[in-house]
Amino acid sequence: MSVKVLIPTPLQKFTRDQATIECDGSSISELLDSLEQDFPGIKARLCDEQGELRRFINFYVNSEDIRFLDGKNTTLSEGDEVSIVPAVAGG
Amino acid sequence: MIQATQTSNLTCTRSTAATFSALKCKECGAEYEPKAVHVCEFCFGPLEVLYDYSALSRTVTRESIQAGPKSIWRYRSFLPVATDTPIDVGTGMTPLLQANRLARRLGLKRLFIKNDAVNMPTLSFKDRVVSVALTRARELGFTTVSCASTGNLANSTAAIAAYAGLECCVFIPADLEAGKVLGTLVYSPTVIAVQGNYDQVNRLCSEVANTYGWGFVNINLRPYYSEGSKTLGYEVAEQLGWQLPDHIVAPLASGSLFTKIYKGFQEFIKVGLVDDKTVRFSGAQAEGCSPIAQAFRENRDFITPVKPSTIAKSIAIGNPADGVYALDIARKTNGNIEAVTDSEIIDGIKLLAETEGIFTETAGGTTIAVLKKLIEAGKIDPDETTVAYITGNGLKTQEAVQGYIGEPLTIEPKLDNFERAWERAQTLDRLEWQQVLV
Repeated sequence: MSVKVLIPTPLQKFTRDQATIECDGSSISELLDSLEQDFPGIKARLCDEQGELRRFINFYVNSEDIRFLDGKNTTLSEGDEVSIVPAVAGG
Repeated sequence: MIQATQTSNLTCTRSTAATFSALKCKECGAEYEPKAVHVCEFCFGPLEVLYDYSALSRTVTRESIQAGPKSIWRYRSFLPVATDTPIDVGTGMTPLLQANRLARRLGLKRLFIKNDAVNMPTLSFKDRVVSVALTRARELGFTTVSCASTGNLANSTAAIAAYAGLECCVFIPADLEAGKVLGTLVYSPTVIAVQGNYDQVNRLCSEVANTYGWGFVNINLRPYYSEGSKTLGYEVAEQLGWQLPDHIVAPLASGSLFTKIYKGFQEFIKVGLVDDKTVRFSGAQAEGCSPIAQAFRENRDFITPVKPSTIAKSIAIGNPADGVYALDIARKTNGNIEAVTDSEIIDGIKLLAETEGIFTETAGGTTIAVLKKLIEAGKIDPDETTVAYITGNGLKTQEAVQGYIGEPLTIEPKLDNFERAWERAQTLDRLEWQQVLV
């Protein structure tokens, strides 16, 4: 299952400066593992010591926050776009 | 694709006037050069400006502040800019009004309104944060500035960018109030109206932020931008005669304003400008977008995002970045976070207008409605010196009250027409009072 992943600037040093990558996974959890395989060290930046997604990072699947879907278990389909975005202040 | 250029070629502007040295992650403590970065590379926690408080306590006095300009820049030493000539458009030092009539109506003895509905130049507290962000943007070498906005921030960024001669491109949700769109367009920025809610606009801007080499005031300039809100704390302390209030009530959107008012009070205590005391912090949300109030009510220490549905668009942030910090402050100061319905918000706008002559927008209506609700629930003591923060102007959101306020009595230019109209108005007034009494 190949999906497009948008990588935020602070993590692009792991992805050799690529802002967009193609990656495999049928859920967010699986995607995290496969990101780690391709870009070692990236998962520890996205998840805390307990393996939970860090609280200041947001994941979106096709523009929908995964907290409105199924969290880490949100399923992914071929061609989905996953966006990883740090929290920002309001306005 | 256009490559990011803004940070790589720039050296950090420092002068002897700078009182800050670095940015520090609020979560893990990692430190960074004070450039255009806003999140920690390690844990994505927000970055905060680090100041040299011992130097500040030696150099800043009440007198040195009072000798400064009548704007937020009288507190320049506490703000993250190095220049001695910041962008000063007269922002700040708005009235702190003793609200006796509203206090009597609500049953408080000493109530003040901090009135940023008349902040300059665009009539909301956002002029504070934008003045700081654009001054810093200029120091960091940006020539184009931008923001994701629920309206007020767009007004302010466009206006102050025009004054400073910076290029400007702002992003807003497509369904904003007409007054807020017009109040941005008049300054001739590029306005991108995104078909989505504010959280979606913000996500898009995060994706754009580092690609175009622009200074996004609430994204890559966030550590500097957010510091501007501290001046709402400083001014209240100074205007109360260098004393802190007992209780404050402020609106909560992302939670940033709330946490920075707290930081402002703490800094004044730290450098000895005011005596130490605990100020109770209470936050106001609209029920149609109340993720922080819900977490407070359910005793959670995490925020579950919501999809906003409220007339209070300026505070309709479903995924509040500083929500957890706002929760923490309300709890540790023995304050509260409460939510009110849209109809209570309209009543709040009307109540403030009728009693104090201040026409606020929906965020202000939310604050007044929550103030009332907390007093009625016995959660604000009548003896507490209380300050309610009014952060925006009602002329920008006229749609919100349309249909809920009176109509003019239209007459022909004849004396008897006036007399009949006047009599009718008196009768309507009496009927209204009778309804209240019943």
